[in-house]
This record gives sequence, C-alpha cells and structure tokens, in this order.
Amino acid sequence: MTRLITSGFSHFILFIGILIMIVPVWMIFASSTHTGLIINTQGLQMFLGDSFYENYLRVLLYKGGFFKEITALKMFLNSFIMATGVAILSVITSLMAAYALVYFRTKYATLLFWMIFVTILVPLELRIFPTYSVMAELNLVNSYFGLIVPISASAIATLFFRQFYKTVPDELLESAKLDGANTWRFFIDFLLPLSKTMIVAMLIFMFVFGYNQYLWPLLVTSSEQYWTVVMGLKMMSGSIVHRFAFVMMSMVPPILIIIVLQKHFIKGVFQDK
Amino acid sequence: MSFLDLKNVTKIYPNGTKAVHETSLSINEGEFMVFVGPSGCGKSTLLRMVAGLEDITEGHINLDGKLINEVDPSERDVAMVFQNYALYPHMNVYNNLAYGLKNRGIDKETIEQKVNDAAKLLQISDFLQRKPSMLSGGQRQRVAMGRAIVRNPKIFLFDEPLSNLDAKLRIQMRLEIKKLQQKVGVTSIFVTHDQVEAMTLADRLAVINDGIIEQLGTPIEIYNNPKSLFVAGFIGSPQMNFLDANLNNKTLSAENFEIKNIESDYNGEVTLGIRPEHLIETENGLINLKVELVEQLGSDNLVYGQIKNIKDFCYRSPGNQTIKKGDTLSLNIEENKYYIFDKSTGKRVN
Repeated sequence: MTRLITSGFSHFILFIGILIMIVPVWMIFASSTHTGLIINTQGLQMFLGDSFYENYLRVLLYKGGFFKEITALKMFLNSFIMATGVAILSVITSLMAAYALVYFRTKYATLLFWMIFVTILVPLELRIFPTYSVMAELNLVNSYFGLIVPISASAIATLFFRQFYKTVPDELLESAKLDGANTWRFFIDFLLPLSKTMIVAMLIFMFVFGYNQYLWPLLVTSSEQYWTVVMGLKMMSGSIVHRFAFVMMSMVPPILIIIVLQKHFIKGVFQDK
Repeated sequence: MSFLDLKNVTKIYPNGTKAVHETSLSINEGEFMVFVGPSGCGKSTLLRMVAGLEDITEGHINLDGKLINEVDPSERDVAMVFQNYALYPHMNVYNNLAYGLKNRGIDKETIEQKVNDAAKLLQISDFLQRKPSMLSGGQRQRVAMGRAIVRNPKIFLFDEPLSNLDAKLRIQMRLEIKKLQQKVGVTSIFVTHDQVEAMTLADRLAVINDGIIEQLGTPIEIYNNPKSLFVAGFIGSPQMNFLDANLNNKTLSAENFEIKNIESDYNGEVTLGIRPEHLIETENGLINLKVELVEQLGSDNLVYGQIKNIKDFCYRSPGNQTIKKGDTLSLNIEENKYYIFDKSTGKRVN
C-alpha cells in the first residue's frame, strides 16, 4: 500500500514535469492554427483553430528578409546542410584526432590532448572576430563551407572518442597487427565499428549544436540566401501566428534526427552488452 | 640451423627495467617449446619479441633462416593466441577467422575453404555466425586457436591462453592443444606460469627466472635433474622440500640426520632438496615426521608434518594408507633421489 502511494506520488511529480514541458509548446502550436486576429484580440489559444494549412503554407513559401529573397523552405535547407555538415565533419575530425592521440606514440599526447580540451573554455564567441577575418581572407564568407568548417572541431567529441579508445584492449590492436592490419585498416575495421554507438550519439549532439548556431551564421553570411532557421526566427517579420508556425516547424528537424538515429543508438547500446 | 634462433636477445624497457637478459635459444621445426616461470620473469616479453610486438633492444632473432628483428609483425607470419583471446567483438566467428586471410588478399573461395576446415578441426562449425559475446569460455578459446590455425603460420605463439578457463576446462583444452599441435605439426611456443601445464605440453621446457633461462630441457630431464634451487622449487607438485644442511667431506648433516658418501667435493652450507614422492616409509628411517595434516587425494595422500624445527615437510604416501594427525612416520629417502644446492648461489652441487 505504501509502495502504491510513493509510486503514485512520484508519477504525479513526473506528470507535473511533463505538463510544464508540453503545455507551452502545445499553446504555441494551438495558437499557430488560428488567424492573427484571434490571437491579437483573445490571447493565446489552448484549442486548435482551422487556419493550419493556410498559416504553415504561407510561412514555408513566403519570401522574407529585407530583399525578399528567402523562403522558410530555403532556410530549412540551409540549416539542414549546415547542421549535417557540422555533425559529419566534427565526428570525422574528432575520431581521427582521438585515434592519433591514443594510438600514435606521440611524445606529448596527453599534453596535446589537454591543449585541445581547454579550447572548450574558449567559445566561438570569444574568437569570433579572428575567425571571421580568416574566413573573409579566404573568401569563404557567404558559403556553406564558411558556415560549417570553423565550428567543426569539437573538443568534447574528441574527449569522448579518446576515452573510448583507451578502453579498447591493447591485445585487439596486437592481434589485428598479427593478422596483417595496418594503421588505416585498424581504424576502419576495428575502431569505427566498435565506436558505432558513440558515433551516432555524437552525430545527434553535433547536429543539434550546428542547428542551434545563431551568432556565427549571422556574422559570416550577409546574403539572405544563406540564412538559417535560427536566424530566421529573429529576422522573420509578419503576423504573430506565422511566427508561431515557424517556431513549431523549427523544432521538427532536431526531433526528427533524434528519432531516426536513436534507434541505432539504443540498438548499439544493447548489442554491446 | 634450427627453425627459430634467438641470439643474445636482451630487452630493456625505456624506464631502465631489464626484462630479458642476453637469452639464447634454438627451437627446432615442429617442436613444442614451453616458457615457464613466475609472473614478471620476462617469459611473455620474450614471446612478444618473437611476435614483433616488443622491440628487441639487443640481439638477433632468426625465423626460418631469415633475420626478423626489423620485420613488421604483420609480415613475420606468426600467429598468437592471447590470454584474453582478443577476439574481434564486432565480427562473427567466421569473420574472426577470415580476417587475417582477407588482409593477405586471398580469394573468397579459398578463405571459405580454409575457415571451414579449421572450424571442423576445432568443432566450432555450428557457431560460425555467432558473435564472440555469445560463446562460452571454451568456445572462445577454440575460436582464438582457429584464428591462428587458419593462417597456417610458421609458428604459433601462446601467451597463457588457458589461465582464463576453469580448472576442468583447462585440463581438457590442454589436452586438445597438445593433440592439435601434433596433428598440425606447427612449431609452437607456449608461455605459462603453471608448471603442470608446462610439464604436460612441452617437448622441451625453458624455465625462466628474472629474465634468464635457468634451465632448458625435456620436462622429465628438468624434473629429474634440476640444475638450480629455483628450478627444483618451481617444477614438481607438491613443491620439493628444502632443508638447511651442511656438507663436509662428502657427509651431509641436516637437523637430525646424516647422509654419507655423497658424490660431491663441495664443502659448506647447502640446501637439501627432497621431493615428497621420493620418500618411503620404513622402520628406523632417517627422518621422523610428526604428522600435522593429511590431504587425501584418493590415489595418494599428501602428508604434511614437522621434523624437529622444520615445518610443512611434505610426504606423498600411497592412497590406501590411513595416516592420522599426530602419528609419527619413519621415512627414508629413495636411493640417490636427493638434490643438494649451494646455499648462496642456488647452484646444484651433487
């Protein structure tokens, strides 16, 4: 009986938590399906209205920005390219950096690693001007390359891969060596498949990181053609319902990525056990 | 010239530790050589130098007439079975076996043929599609051996491969390794700290202590004729009994008995070694053993007791005898079945 009460109580707490998370999102969604007039006169709505298609289609296809050059659809494409680019590139660089740090008998590998690691203390915002001037010198302003590359070296991901590699038993490397695997083959045939779970986790993490970037894309793009969703949230003009619709849509890609990749992620975790 | 030749091989680690001292050793083709010694004696280091996993500080290693000091492990054509098997966890058994062959650019049909043959030999054909995590300890052990066999290497290296198995399985696998090696006929080096394993597997045995080969020979030679105190204590189970004694003018005097007419010109303090199985019960024997503990093994009894001030003296008696705690046994040493060692150097003197 007491167990029932305690478990009932904890469920109650969890339920409250869920409400706190869900209700604001629901209110924005419900409100985004009404006309602007209703929101402006009656405030936020708790129930669905009947302007869903109208509002969302208009947001997706409306040419926004100062020069009316960009649609929300294009922003989604830009964001997707940028986030995917950041995710893939930073996973590749971190995998390789960690491999070199752990397996190449570099003399000061630990020191090198900590030097990489302290860059966590130096966020992009702090080095944004030098980074910008480098990009400007290289003529990479207003390009996907310029959007992606400067934020695609992740010390955190390097840390995770390094710690994982360190748990891989030495005998595996030795055995592979005797089986004729060279440095490159060991990386491809052993470390990559063994760190699959972690790669997926890092892909999710870095995708969301790339998707959420605001300041860097704002700085490095002057052409509206390269606007991303997060920039668009700020720049979008128009009725409040259209903004709500845009906010709702901006949440979809990260959630989709998590849903799609999580399957592999969880599968990986359980297979290893 | 022998198949594998080690000449003055020395290993000094970067921190200055000397793991192997100028070791020379020749192994013939098809021979089963066992390195045995306590942990940290350098036996694994020696093996790993043959494999190419450790650099050789000084000396030369020749395999099949070719100097292999600087040859990459992948090109030495050696196969190794590791203590923890080091199976590839993300590959199924088939791919575990096939991986080394694939890297050598062998065509698919040949690989399949070879893997299936090896699997049949080791009776692992039924789980070729399983991952290593789904196998039992003994099965993993077989896969690890299969991975070595399938490549048909010049030499097999075993680095304490049985120490992760339970006692019963260990004995079974020991037998199988020996049978397999005889069947395949590949030159093998087996590293172990277990002297029973060493005795049963070896064609020849190298007893290693502190980076030096103390004695090299067939198991029975080493058992019958240990050259040093260390070898005498290490080989044989239960351990040889050691007593402090004095040797003067061919007469050995221990705590409370004497042996005369000893074939040795050495004079001074010595250690007398007697194997528990080389004692016989007689009337008016040399040694009076006060029994403190009896371990009944069925086939025979291990009797532990005290001779004056010497504790835990062991005597192996036939299993049909009933000996109780508190009995006093009168024992003689079988003729010439005793070993006398210089107390300071540990060298055999008789």
